[in-house]
Amino acid sequence: MNFDLTEDQREIKDVARQFLESRCKLDDVRKAADAGSYDEGLWKEICELGWPGIATPEADGGQGLGMVELATICEELGYACAPVPFMGSVIDSLVIAAGGSDEQRARWLPNLATGEVRGAAVMVDSSPWVAIDTEGATVVVTPDSKGVGRVGEASELEIVPLDLIDKTRSYGEVASTDGFGEELPPEHYQGVLKSQVALSAEMLGLAQRAMEMAVDYARDREQFGRPIGAYQAVSHRCAEMLYAVEETRSLVYYAAWCADAEPETLPLAAAMAKAQASEASWSVVSSSLQVHGGIGFTWEHDLQFLLKRARTDGRLLGTPKQERARVADLVGV
Amino acid sequence: MDLTLTESEAAFRDEARDWFAKNHPGETPRGDEKVEFEFRRSWQKTLHDGGWAGLSWPAEFGGRGASLIEQTLFNEEMGAADAPLPANVLGLVMGGPVVIAHGDEAQKERYLEPILSAEEIWCQGFSEPESGSDLASLKTRAVKSDGGWKITGQKVWTTYAHEAKWCMLLARTDQDAPKHQGITYFLLDMDQAEVEVRPLRQITGEAEFNEIFLEEAFVPDENIVGEVGAGWSVAITTLMFERAGLGALAVVGLGRAYEELLKLIAERDVGSDPSVRERMAKLKIGLEAMRLGAMRTLTATMKTGIPGPEASLGKWEWAVLNQEMTDLATEILGVDGLKSDEEWTYRFLRSRANSIEGGTTEVLKNIVAERVLGLPRLR
Ligand SMILES: Cc1cc2nc3c(=O)[nH]c(=O)nc-3n(C[C@H](O)[C@H](O)[C@H](O)COP(=O)(O)OP(=O)(O)OC[C@H]3O[C@@H](n4cnc5c(N)ncnc54)[C@H](O)[C@@H]3O)c2cc1C
Repeated sequence: MNFDLTEDQREIKDVARQFLESRCKLDDVRKAADAGSYDEGLWKEICELGWPGIATPEADGGQGLGMVELATICEELGYACAPVPFMGSVIDSLVIAAGGSDEQRARWLPNLATGEVRGAAVMVDSSPWVAIDTEGATVVVTPDSKGVGRVGEASELEIVPLDLIDKTRSYGEVASTDGFGEELPPEHYQGVLKSQVALSAEMLGLAQRAMEMAVDYARDREQFGRPIGAYQAVSHRCAEMLYAVEETRSLVYYAAWCADAEPETLPLAAAMAKAQASEASWSVVSSSLQVHGGIGFTWEHDLQFLLKRARTDGRLLGTPKQERARVADLVGV
Repeated sequence: MDLTLTESEAAFRDEARDWFAKNHPGETPRGDEKVEFEFRRSWQKTLHDGGWAGLSWPAEFGGRGASLIEQTLFNEEMGAADAPLPANVLGLVMGGPVVIAHGDEAQKERYLEPILSAEEIWCQGFSEPESGSDLASLKTRAVKSDGGWKITGQKVWTTYAHEAKWCMLLARTDQDAPKHQGITYFLLDMDQAEVEVRPLRQITGEAEFNEIFLEEAFVPDENIVGEVGAGWSVAITTLMFERAGLGALAVVGLGRAYEELLKLIAERDVGSDPSVRERMAKLKIGLEAMRLGAMRTLTATMKTGIPGPEASLGKWEWAVLNQEMTDLATEILGVDGLKSDEEWTYRFLRSRANSIEGGTTEVLKNIVAERVLGLPRLR
């Protein structure tokens, strides 16, 4: 028994961190957000690195690695708040891999893995139905916890653009999926559980970054003749951020490991990870804002990107309340 | 990352499970603290005879040289079997590990075996009336005398001092040195007229802890752990072991209590109450985070030997979760949750100490802020 990334997994994470540190600074995030578009150059490089297909089976044109590896990438993309259509393509890949027919797999998975086509995903458990990563998407999945999901061409579905606070990815609203695309049998839902883990890993990265920003600021900023981090009202806030981030880290990587090694535990593990990551990432980003004072509230400050993405992620693929209800069911309350 | 057990780990777990099934001592007698303590002492003796006490200690000192993972598996089986805690908790969790880490060969030879067999109970004489969280301000004074030191002062909240043979005692040997440098770590023999122990009654009605009055109590030179004046770092090691050890045992205890709470909810038919469901889900998430966090700490400690400051998180989580769990249980129980002889009521009251003992939650937050996050020290 060993709860630590393997050397290979750590290497993947470190390489991702280094790459994104040079290629996706918060200034770049701002440029993309201001332009209301993705960072297409960055996305191209990410596809060349093979990240979209990291957890797609080799037979389907991916790298055939596991959810733990995918989680490390998602965490780093969250840490960078990268404005790329990664999550939609990953959700599509996971859902089609879990429930798609041979023909559907052959049609979509290799192209999603290389980034040749982009995927959007519609969350039919939310109200209204929100689609993510709609911009430039060719394929859409509409997973559904109540049974049958759907997959089809984006051009066949009416998606109305949705202006959400998070400007680092594109969103849309879908009123109906009647008659859309082809059916996916209930097994596709395993892919949704995995997607919850991926999204939770992204929130972990967002929270980690917001915490580091708060800690750095608390060390530098002086008031009343000393760094504000010397005041317990501030330092205890930061300690509470670490508590939240580390609990999230444990639950996210556990869920990722369950997806690979113990799928029967995944429903509970994914619900716990999603509830925790949604709640914790919001509490950390909002607490980080408080540590920053007035500057943290400005449009000029980069914290806004983390805060808005965390708030949005927390409401996609299951709210904390919905996921906790699931946990209560699964433990038998 | 691999959370499955290796073949040898699984075999070890089965062996432990088997052993508990055959050797469980039965229900712990309640009501008389002395009787209960002796019951747990004899249970520890059974554990020791079976080779299960101090599992992760080196074999030459009566342990098994087991890995920390095996120790954890053993704790889990102990929990699953609903077996009582051994009597010499402070010796097992802190005293022994500290002697192994900082003691000399003669001390290892002398102290370790009787800790395991529970022949000699240990206590921890750190806190004083004026020095709680600010432990380094302690005033108990040690004066050099022939072949040793004479110690005068007062200790407080000393758990099991009334049962103990040995006390891990911090005293000031240099009045002029800066406060962290003049402290020495002694092993005090409690069997002497110069040591007076007075019981302190707790909010639960029991008297687990005590005051100790020292009037020129004698400690020979060979009973110093580490160097004279270098006791602070030994004290820190002790606290690290305490927090990690409490955290590890707590994971098992909390998991079991959660199962009982599920039963209570079914009995009282409150499982459809949305607030109960919400709180139970939050508790489950917290418990899992704590269990997994303990595994991560374990993996890290296997590499470094001594638990790091992140073990403070586990101790902090324990206090939060145990207080919330017993709060929920007693709320569900209604008036029954106020009755003196209800087990949950006892746990509810006892859990109020969890955020104080072994370092208050505020102090743990200071440690996390300063030592893990590198924020400026509070002056
Ligand atoms: C059940 C139980 C068993 C115990 N067993 C032992 C034992 O065996 N051996 C032993 O040596 N001790 C033992 N203790 C003592 C325990 O370690 C102390 O109670 C603890 O360290 C706090 O010290 P204090 O009680 O003097 O409180 P104080 O230090 O006076 O604290 C009072 C309050 O002030 C807060 N506070 C203090 N300093 C700070 C700060 N710097 N920043 C923010 N807040 C602060 C505290 O968090 C607390 O809320 C035990 C305590 C209990 C409750």
